[in-house]
Amino acid sequence: MRLRTGGQIDRSTQISFRFDNRWYKGHPGDTLASALLANGVRLMGRSFKYHRPRGPLTAGSDEPNALVELRSGGRQEPNTRATVIELFDGLRAQPQNAWPSLSFDALAINDRLSPVLTAGFYYKTFMWPAAFWEKLYEPIIRRAAGLGSITTKPDPDAYDKGFLHCDLLIIGAGPSGLMAALTAGRAGARVILADEDFRMGGRLNAETFAISDRAGSDWAAQTLAELATLPNLRLMPRTTVFGAFDHGIYGAVERVSDHLPTPPMGKPRQTLWRIYTKRTLLCAGALERPIAFAKNDRPGIMTASALRAYVNRWAAAPADTAAVFTNNDDGHRTAADLIAKGVKVAALIDTRPDAPTIAGTELLAGAQVIDTSGRLGLTGITVKLANGETRKIKTGALGVSGGWNPTVALTCHQRGRPAWDDSIAAFTPAGDLPPGMTVAGAAEGQFSTHAALAGGAAKAAQALDDLGITARTPDLPQAEDAPTKITPFWHVKGDKRAWLDFQNDVTVKDVKLAHQEGFRAVEHLKRYTTLGMATDQGKTSNMGGLAVMAELTGATIAQTGTTMFRPPYTPVAMGALAGRSTGPDFRPTRLTPSHHWAKEQGAEFVEVGMWLRAQWFPRPGEKTWRDTVDREVRATRASVGVCDVTTLGKIDVQGRDAAAFLNRIYCNGFAKLAVGRVRYGLMLREDGIAFDDGTAARLAEDHFVVTTTTANAVAVYRHMEFARQCLWPDMDVQLISTTEAWAQYAIAGPNARKLLQKLVDPAFDISNDAFPFMACAELTICNGCPARLFRISFSGELAYELAVPTRYGDALIRRIMAEGTEFGVTPYGTEALGVMRIEKGHAAGNELNGQTTALNLGMGRMVSDKKDSIGAVLSRREGLNTPDALKLVGLRPKDPQTRIPAGAHLLETGTRTIAAHDLGYVTSACYSPTLDSYIALGFLKAGDTRMGQTLRAASPLTGEDVPIEVTSPHFVDPEGERLRA
Amino acid sequence: MIIHHPLLGPCDAQEFTYMGDARLIDRPDGMAEGSDAAFHDYAYLRENPAGEHRELWFHEQGDRSWLVVTRNTLTHEITQVELARDVARKQGRSR
Amino acid sequence: MRYSGFRVLKEALTGHKGWRPVWRDPDPQPHYDIVIVGGGGHGLATAYYLARQFHQHKVAVIEKGWIGGGNVGRNTTIIRSNYLLDGNEPFYEFSLKLWEGLEQDFNYNAMVSQRGILNLIHSDAQRDAFTRRGNAMILNGADAELLSAQQVRRTYPFLNFNDARFPIKGGLAQRRGGTVRHDAVAWGYARGADRRGVDILQNCEVTGFRIENGKCLGVETSRGFIAAGKVGVAVAGNSSRIMAKAGMRLPIESHVLQAFVSEGLKPVLPGVITFGAGHFYCSQSDKGGLVFGGDIDGYNSYAQRGNLPVIEDVAEGGMALFPGLGRVRLLRAWGGIMDMSMDGSPIIDHTPIDGLYFNGGWCYGGFKATPASGWCFAHLLATDTLHPTATAYRLDRFQRGRMIDEKGMGAQPNLH
Repeated sequence: MRLRTGGQIDRSTQISFRFDNRWYKGHPGDTLASALLANGVRLMGRSFKYHRPRGPLTAGSDEPNALVELRSGGRQEPNTRATVIELFDGLRAQPQNAWPSLSFDALAINDRLSPVLTAGFYYKTFMWPAAFWEKLYEPIIRRAAGLGSITTKPDPDAYDKGFLHCDLLIIGAGPSGLMAALTAGRAGARVILADEDFRMGGRLNAETFAISDRAGSDWAAQTLAELATLPNLRLMPRTTVFGAFDHGIYGAVERVSDHLPTPPMGKPRQTLWRIYTKRTLLCAGALERPIAFAKNDRPGIMTASALRAYVNRWAAAPADTAAVFTNNDDGHRTAADLIAKGVKVAALIDTRPDAPTIAGTELLAGAQVIDTSGRLGLTGITVKLANGETRKIKTGALGVSGGWNPTVALTCHQRGRPAWDDSIAAFTPAGDLPPGMTVAGAAEGQFSTHAALAGGAAKAAQALDDLGITARTPDLPQAEDAPTKITPFWHVKGDKRAWLDFQNDVTVKDVKLAHQEGFRAVEHLKRYTTLGMATDQGKTSNMGGLAVMAELTGATIAQTGTTMFRPPYTPVAMGALAGRSTGPDFRPTRLTPSHHWAKEQGAEFVEVGMWLRAQWFPRPGEKTWRDTVDREVRATRASVGVCDVTTLGKIDVQGRDAAAFLNRIYCNGFAKLAVGRVRYGLMLREDGIAFDDGTAARLAEDHFVVTTTTANAVAVYRHMEFARQCLWPDMDVQLISTTEAWAQYAIAGPNARKLLQKLVDPAFDISNDAFPFMACAELTICNGCPARLFRISFSGELAYELAVPTRYGDALIRRIMAEGTEFGVTPYGTEALGVMRIEKGHAAGNELNGQTTALNLGMGRMVSDKKDSIGAVLSRREGLNTPDALKLVGLRPKDPQTRIPAGAHLLETGTRTIAAHDLGYVTSACYSPTLDSYIALGFLKAGDTRMGQTLRAASPLTGEDVPIEVTSPHFVDPEGERLRA
Repeated sequence: MIIHHPLLGPCDAQEFTYMGDARLIDRPDGMAEGSDAAFHDYAYLRENPAGEHRELWFHEQGDRSWLVVTRNTLTHEITQVELARDVARKQGRSR
Repeated sequence: MRYSGFRVLKEALTGHKGWRPVWRDPDPQPHYDIVIVGGGGHGLATAYYLARQFHQHKVAVIEKGWIGGGNVGRNTTIIRSNYLLDGNEPFYEFSLKLWEGLEQDFNYNAMVSQRGILNLIHSDAQRDAFTRRGNAMILNGADAELLSAQQVRRTYPFLNFNDARFPIKGGLAQRRGGTVRHDAVAWGYARGADRRGVDILQNCEVTGFRIENGKCLGVETSRGFIAAGKVGVAVAGNSSRIMAKAGMRLPIESHVLQAFVSEGLKPVLPGVITFGAGHFYCSQSDKGGLVFGGDIDGYNSYAQRGNLPVIEDVAEGGMALFPGLGRVRLLRAWGGIMDMSMDGSPIIDHTPIDGLYFNGGWCYGGFKATPASGWCFAHLLATDTLHPTATAYRLDRFQRGRMIDEKGMGAQPNLH
């Protein structure tokens, strides 16, 4: 019900919302939970295991019970805590984990079965017959388990990421955080004040204490107004700092638009902030913990502080009569506040025999709540009085206070381990906190308002002092300074179930069973019973559970310890963590210089690492990609083709020692390469395995251009810089990656030279004599455009690679095509490139897979033993040089029209298809239009001794088994006459 | 993590590529007698300490310096950052 | 005590008074025939098979904290045998076969769920590589299936088929792969070993090895010296630290791998999926949480926690693959320390010290190996010979040039 006055809600505006298929009214400032309570709705959810009816236990982000599915379609958000959903007009939420309805849930049958469904019962049964687990037991369990559901539609909203830097990050805008912000903000430091709530002020908004001469919430509002004027201070409401990472970096999520029906145009739903801090002050407050007693989970039973918050902040009472059950003085505040707001308090039950009295209600000192009633909501409680008598009390709400736990989570994200403090019966921050972090206020165990204000100011000043910034501590306003008076009391003894973890339905009995079965370490307790593993990660339950375990083992709570606090502090949407790196923007897309031209030609593209490359260029009438690729290969081999090879890595190597340097990088010799010549080079890793291959062109005595494969461009450059800086730091050599600086085209085919002669400026002679195979030169083309020309061939044809500065790349491809019309110049894509290199027997990525050696590749003799090059020594190890080592071979099917599957394994005919007979595997396969046959490359044990043998390429995976003949890998022009023509 | 680059100041560790133990600087002489054993130890064996660790990071998204970072593998605290080239020279590496 | 549905019912009717501790809490004996250092999955499995298979009963497992607290208690629960290389595939297939009969064998429901694992394919080259791998699996007696994009779509219609940076072109499926309730594996082995007389000694930290004349005589511990005929070390993550006490340097670096779980959801993911163009793999637990992970953080670490960039990278991979994940919330992130070996494959071998045996280097693939690792290590400890499926996991393979490098990344552990 809604109280007639009070609350930080805008009563002048009414908004409508829908829950469980009914419309209700609320006000701006409400949460879904407060608005439902104001409408007399206490039942908001069902528990995980027993499907018990539940209402909110808390009024904040620690809520285990009141979880709903918010919104619908792609925006459906399961497990959303009604206690933090900011009400907006038109909000729709549905109950979850209940069928057919929230008030009648068929799976509540589990509650009747609870004697069987104890902690860990499933480890002891469902084992027979074995096959029934997947088919019967598990599907039933899975359907019953889970909480909310997602639709599988894509999330339509955007998420942003951002970086923030500050001197001081203050986490939590309660009294200590506000005072800290005031201190640091006035001192001129760069300050961020972040709070998870949409209304800053922390508990001040939920309390009735005065600060100075005004209500605490008014003081908070006034302080925030001043802070908002400070240009050096950033206020971040709706922002949860969820993790403390290394070196002062904090992760935070700002809920930018969650309080609106949909994000406004151009706004994200949420923003992930990475906050780089010099110092951090944790002012995260404390969370109240319940007491376990029989049937303590009915809707209407909540923490005393939640009850107080609903009444004070939202003017919402769960019922017209309430009671309070406490073991500490703070519970008395709840009773007093309820009375002050006109809510009838039936009784104040205090476990302490010496509890102080209170005006306006009956104090039952030394009493305990031993039972409750009410199927879908609390109707009454049974109290055992100090004298042993029991009394039944009618009430629709019960506030429970078992004391407060400082919110230490962030202090433990690195090496901090909290320590037990008997004086407040709680864990407080201890051990190695994240470097740069200090703690103030209730989070530190300082529970009075005065201590929070004073601590916030002092700790902020101290943090700034560390940074060399002098801060004047503001005058402290007057505030209550009541001592913490608590007598620890964890659970009421009895036979009935008493809940510790409300969401996961872990009761005191379960902890006892865990103890009985030896699961006594806190981590065993957690894992065996699921205590603290729910969506609230044990914020309300862990303390009670480990206290019960301590009682059972006879150890102290300090000895028992806590489980690990891990990020995130509260759950974080995956969308926020991913930001905009989704869909087509998952990773950057690199386009080649000819991309736009290729697109105009109707090319199909393929992802090659980050690059998009033209795969083939279909023409009208071609029915399959094979038609296209076959044509491209034939045209290239018959006349001339052109292919964009810009993606190959290019590294410029300069300096007096450039040749000596490359001589150590490549396993084959480079010292004597003449200027104007190119050489094929093979790089090994230091472990002797082939790393990458490519060419190095010597443009001048002290200048080389190295090419790498597309895939390894980055790794090779890194490797060469390592060698340059770390291994041979005094060599006179400089490296720069020029992959993006040059557009490069392969021009291949018998007419390649004729075509090139139309492009190259007349001053340069590229005749076969003047510019033979493996020549290179810097020259100009098209009337003065600077260019580099390399006579190298991947296709096996007379071929060149022509490079121009990238900005001319688009113009060059158009010019090549125009000048080549008379030769029928044909653009070809990566597929035809692949076919031609297989026909020629060149190794590529499938062969250079990081597992093969020069020996495997048929280049064993290239590894020079005359010099010290990277990888040479370890390439000589016995295991890499066995007589049956794999060798690269060519493979031809006995029937030319039967495909050889890449990835097939090679076996002798007539053997069983088992690993014992495995002789090797097929690496690359294609249809060769030149040979009118399928062909393949592969690695075969002692392959060089098996030429002409008939084997089979078996691919049981694809149901193929192809008789093949072992041949040389050089299918086309093995003598290399074409490329020298 | 944040790495205080000796030339560029604080940089996010995300700009860097990690390689491992800085002893990889101490590459043996490949032409020396018995270099196979030395290379095995060099390439494969690691102290792998729980505590202070000198390690190589490459500023791939930055100035392409290799750095030797002294970092604690228990706390991740970084206490020293040097240019690997300087370290290599100090350890007697030259050409 | 034998567990069964009948027993559960009986206890339910009699107030659960009959349940006994799942393992004893004995005091250390002065001497054991075999001492296993490390009460994680592998150590407990080793003890179990030593007792059950090799009839060694004077065995102790010593653990510095609580059992099952290492990587068996902090992994992403996947089992599979989809390896490529001869050195690995027979071993992992042996392991998968042991998983298939494990629960009946040790009378504990570890929820071995063969829901299938699917490695997605995003390029032709990847299809070739996966074809080779699938064939290698079949040649070794494992199951494998190559799926087209359409077939993948039938089971996982909600993956990103329309708007992806790296389109899904198919997948390599292993239907016998799946997930297991990880903690229960440790408890089941502990229970089975304990029932066969193995002493499980928790809160007992090894402080050194007593080695005389090249022979290991036992271990010094926080609870005193324990003499042993043989000592087997199975402390992956901390192998270098422990073996340094025996004066050994290992081909291993310690790295942190993070893992994640979402809030509980009604069933959405039927099996295990692995993104082939980013770092993301995921399954859904019986409780409903999506359990997922990605790449290691990439720097040496003994801190059981990682950093934000990897969390973001994994979320990006998840969203790229499964665009409906946006509103699913990450509930918990944690870290485990991996023994990253120099070729990405494990070591189960003698050491140069007589009587000291080593099991480690599991990288981030140790969980699925638990049964076979235990069996093979037990075989080695009991018979002093390598198990036929684990002959390649030798410590000297790097000297001999016989690396088992599935990924082809070479001697850089953080790339495996």
